[in-house]
Amino acid sequence: MRAQFVLSEIGVGLRRNLTMTFAVVVSVALSLALFGGSLMMSDQVSKMKDYWYDKVNVSIYLCSKGDAETFTKCAKGAVTEAQKTAIKADLDKMSGLVEKVSYESSDEAYKHYQDQFKGTPMASSITPDQLQESYRVKLKDPSKYKVIATAFAGRDGVQSVQDQRGILENLFALLNGMKVAALYVMALMLIIALMLIVNTVRVSAFSRRRETGIMRLVGASSFYIQTPFIMEAAVAGLIGGLLACGLLGAGRYFTVDHGLMLHEKLNLIHFIGWGEVVSKFPLVLAISVLMPAIAASFVLRKYLRV
Amino acid sequence: MIRFDNVSKSYPRQSHPALRDISLEIEKGEFIFLVGSSGSGKSTFMRLILREERASHGTVHVLGKDLARMSNWKVPQMRRQLGTVFQDFRLLPNKTVAENVAFAQEVIGKPKGEIRKAVPQVLDLVGLGGKEDRMPGELSGGEQQRVAIARAFVNRPMLLIADEPTGNLDPQTSVGIMKLLDRINRTGTTVIMATHDQQIVDQMRKRVIELEKGRLVRDQSRGVYGYQH
Repeated sequence: MRAQFVLSEIGVGLRRNLTMTFAVVVSVALSLALFGGSLMMSDQVSKMKDYWYDKVNVSIYLCSKGDAETFTKCAKGAVTEAQKTAIKADLDKMSGLVEKVSYESSDEAYKHYQDQFKGTPMASSITPDQLQESYRVKLKDPSKYKVIATAFAGRDGVQSVQDQRGILENLFALLNGMKVAALYVMALMLIIALMLIVNTVRVSAFSRRRETGIMRLVGASSFYIQTPFIMEAAVAGLIGGLLACGLLGAGRYFTVDHGLMLHEKLNLIHFIGWGEVVSKFPLVLAISVLMPAIAASFVLRKYLRV
Repeated sequence: MIRFDNVSKSYPRQSHPALRDISLEIEKGEFIFLVGSSGSGKSTFMRLILREERASHGTVHVLGKDLARMSNWKVPQMRRQLGTVFQDFRLLPNKTVAENVAFAQEVIGKPKGEIRKAVPQVLDLVGLGGKEDRMPGELSGGEQQRVAIARAFVNRPMLLIADEPTGNLDPQTSVGIMKLLDRINRTGTTVIMATHDQQIVDQMRKRVIELEKGRLVRDQSRGVYGYQH
């Protein structure tokens, strides 16, 4: 088979069917951009999980003087030295579960607070004795938080047990929800793309039925007859795939680096790098070529029988 | 070359079969006229040989092969040894005469050098030497049919199937086409021609196969057209 002959056929076919080709390109581009976007979103979530789960602790806040009125658990007043030693001793006994325990005094908590809200009115609104002393417990397995909670919540001198992971979980649930939503929209777009491809190939096969009829009669193989149509769909798909890659790159560029500048506004979040963006390209491109090609060959099996 | 053994063909949703219990044999080098009124089964007969349809009952052998047992991917190979010509020429309007003929060779992957040699040769044979670069629209009906015959013959098929090749042509032009088909037949190619043209059949005195309502009613060597329509 001569490549030049096939290539010219593809060019003619795509131009003859320009509006349909355009529709295919756009729908493939959008569906695959959503697909790549949701892949990037999962990367983002797991990257944040890796980063934050390493940092988060279970905090056991101890009663301070000021808590006596607001927390019934602290009605007996501030935590005593004896209670503190008992808590520390119990934590040390749970060495199978606990990786590290550190103590944060009110003064240290105050210092952290001041650092975090430097220059805002919040900084001067609080005094050291309003902040609780606490034990910061780092767990070997962050999901075993319940064990610590049941063991220490309600104990004398303990104001509350807080799992910082819970706060993050809400954020991750939100991001995951966005990912799932993107996948649903993608599935819908993909169906539209497939239907457009099927229709485009059908129109294309119909408009060239004279040629294909003659090809059949002189004994061209069905592979030879079908290849231009399949390639046509694949080329349109590839253009869509390249656009999708462009959209993914632009998406990261305008949300993270420039435009929205999220990397400056949300400097606590570690965003995925360009490597992770580019690593989605091969899969996106492969799908963009294979999906239309396979769809086309199924259609042609019906419309270009030997 | 071609053998029909008790061949019947019925199409779905049609009460009467298109062909009923046809048995006949066509030898290499024969010239056959296939006659019969419209709907007598001529087209089905030809479609069975080209394996565009399969027989409902019985077996069709073409070039020694049982078409019922031939797998789909081998069909194109078989068709390369058959040439086909139609009443409506079926040329590609946006290709020149030479390109139309070359198309039949390109799509089966013949090398370019061979095509460049074969196309002028076959155009000379059909009497269109010098008209290589004309478009089909610029040619008369007879000339267009010659292009179609050149395309059917360029791959030197064993069998040429012509479905009313003179149906759209005036009598004088038809005679020219018949002379051409006769010449092709003399090169050893078997020719099967379906026709309604009484004059041609009577003149040529070749074997005549007549179908009526799907039945073989006459198979006569050196026959005449024979029935009034």
